[in-house]
Amino acid sequence: MKQKKESSSTDVTGVSSSRRRTLKTIGTGIAAATAPVWFPRAYAASEPIKIGAQLHRTGIGASYGRWYERTATAAVNLINEQGGINGRPVELIVEDDGTDPKRGTEVLEKFATQHKVDVAYGTLFSHVVIGSSPRAGELKLPYVVCSEGHHVASGKLNRYVFQPGITDVRSQVISMAPWISQNLGKKVTMMFPDFAFGHDHRDYFSQAIAEQGGEVLELIAVPPTETSFTRYFPRIPRDTEVLYHVMVGPGVLTFVKEMGQHFGKKRPEIFGFIDSLEAVDLATPQLEFLEGTYFWEGNPRYAQADQSDFDKQYRAAVGVDGKGASLADPKDVSTYSHMFACWESLFIIKEAMELAGYRSVADKNAFIEAMESLQKFDEGLAHPQGNKIFNPKLHQSFGHQHISKVGADGSMEVVHKTSIEDGLYESDVDYTQMAL
Amino acid sequence: MDSKNSQILSLGIHAAVVISFYALQYVLPEYHLLALTRIMLLAIFALGFNLLFGYTGLLSLGHAMFFAAGMYGAGLTVYHFGWSVPGAFLFGVVCGAILGFVIGMIALRTTGVAFMIVTLMFAKVSYLVIVYFTTYTRGDEGLVMPAEFRGFELLGMSISLTDSVTRYNLALLLLTLTMLIVFLLVRGRFGRALVAIRENESRTRMLGYNTFAIKLKVLTASAALSAMAGSAYALMFAYIGSSFATIQYSIDPLLYTLLGGAGTVLGPVFGTFSMFYLIDIASEYTSAYLLVTGIVLVLLILYFPKGVFGAIRQKYCRWLP
Repeated sequence: MKQKKESSSTDVTGVSSSRRRTLKTIGTGIAAATAPVWFPRAYAASEPIKIGAQLHRTGIGASYGRWYERTATAAVNLINEQGGINGRPVELIVEDDGTDPKRGTEVLEKFATQHKVDVAYGTLFSHVVIGSSPRAGELKLPYVVCSEGHHVASGKLNRYVFQPGITDVRSQVISMAPWISQNLGKKVTMMFPDFAFGHDHRDYFSQAIAEQGGEVLELIAVPPTETSFTRYFPRIPRDTEVLYHVMVGPGVLTFVKEMGQHFGKKRPEIFGFIDSLEAVDLATPQLEFLEGTYFWEGNPRYAQADQSDFDKQYRAAVGVDGKGASLADPKDVSTYSHMFACWESLFIIKEAMELAGYRSVADKNAFIEAMESLQKFDEGLAHPQGNKIFNPKLHQSFGHQHISKVGADGSMEVVHKTSIEDGLYESDVDYTQMAL
Repeated sequence: MDSKNSQILSLGIHAAVVISFYALQYVLPEYHLLALTRIMLLAIFALGFNLLFGYTGLLSLGHAMFFAAGMYGAGLTVYHFGWSVPGAFLFGVVCGAILGFVIGMIALRTTGVAFMIVTLMFAKVSYLVIVYFTTYTRGDEGLVMPAEFRGFELLGMSISLTDSVTRYNLALLLLTLTMLIVFLLVRGRFGRALVAIRENESRTRMLGYNTFAIKLKVLTASAALSAMAGSAYALMFAYIGSSFATIQYSIDPLLYTLLGGAGTVLGPVFGTFSMFYLIDIASEYTSAYLLVTGIVLVLLILYFPKGVFGAIRQKYCRWLP
């Protein structure tokens, strides 16, 4: 009886306290439920901008994916420290694509329909990007990729796909030709994997070196399943001045070792792309033969003598030392040449969203158009790899490339930095003409 | 339960599964609608595989080549020749059936482990052929289907493959058709001959059956169904790539079938569904989701060696096809 009396006690206003509690609860509920209607700005400000990161946590791209995730997380932390995007915090939602186009597409659908992200972002391997892109277009989900493939600029994808953070492979390849022909030699033999990635090198470099007055003496296509390369080396013509190689996959250590055994001390100049040796310490046994050879690098793994303050800050934020390895574990070598694309792409998303006054997915079209209004990115903390120009028609950026020479201790010193103009090419692709 | 009643009941159960799939589109959130579309297509692949493995006892480790034959048969004709979707789809199925017939003529001369190795080798060759002809296939990168070929006219109806509900219902239609084909095949004389071969091929031959011809027919049918899944997958999701011809895609239907129950019609459908969501949910919590999947499979083999529907059939419904 006592309890009942207390629960129905009445105050001086004549309203019982239990009824007042009930009314208060209902009022609070209604206020909370209708908050987006009455206070849209305040409500929106508390909601994070969701960026869905499609990354290779497993599969053959896992070594890249591990570092891409660290880089993306560091960039998001910095963006949030700087006040987020349009005053809203950024939330990175990571899903593993397994380096598989089927799973990549599923992940993209999950971003669009379950996580309801504002933008999808990330991933490296071309087949995952190409496989996922049709669904990005059909789901009308902006998809900012860090793949370096030529597929975005080729025009075969759609208006929702951008690659603003890294130069495409076609541009990278053709920008190498002038320096190679002037410094290493004009008679080139190419060894490349016999699939799409290798064919891009074969086609674009052959044309570029011819334009420099050079020639390709022999094209040696190696099947991707090959585990020994000794039978291919005798096909290298004796008068070869430069051996251009782009071997990839687990066989690359064998490739380098067998190349050393074939040439001995008398070898032509050797030039390769660092892609296959990303996340690999060049001081690894069997790689000694690489001393004195040259590599393309997007972003130099080793901090150079003229290292910019931006590169210092970027390394510190991601947790990378001056040799391109993890600060926590010197044996954990990063994918430094490529992973800046993850960092820079996030800052480009931020720039475009702020330009568009982006508030919600309803502003998706404005975001796409803002992306297409961008023209250039100045070197800075948001773009530590260097300045770039952005071609809105191609949805593709063009930046500087580096040629590095391998030292005795496996270090790499940049001997040449290309101009942006070295990598430009003509194209009639124009994504801006596609309907949104 | 007499034979007629069991037939009606089993038909009713299979019909209920199809009706449930149909009804789900009205209640499911969009993500699951998209996921189920894929699951249904992959279930067709698993049903085709199960016809050979579950009912005939022939373990192929190269079924990805049939899936890829359908995928490339349909995709390349659309991409290079601008074929309409229905024509390309049928061509993909025919490619798979022809490949199945040719491979069968060679591989069926072997049995047991040798059959597994021969099919595995042919699948590897198929993968390398796709990569070798990169000029036409773009090999590992793959090809995106042109946007203008994402729709077609059929019987006066305009059908767009960019619409998720349309895709869902097309996938359901194909799954229903496949389940019906498999159901009728395994309930009839042909199905009993398959099971007889699985249980004792020599005795079946002694009884007067041409077991080679039966195995060739079932391998061709299995390849055609797998190709149908690949063909539909290419056209519905607008991408073809060599990764779909790798060993992983030969193992997947085996896992789906083992999980759901080999030699049952509903088993591969359930197995595909379970495996998809197991990976999907586990990957949200850990990057070691394949380890989780592996542990589940080991536990399943320990406690349900005949798969979920195999165990149900053994314990409760011996009449389940």
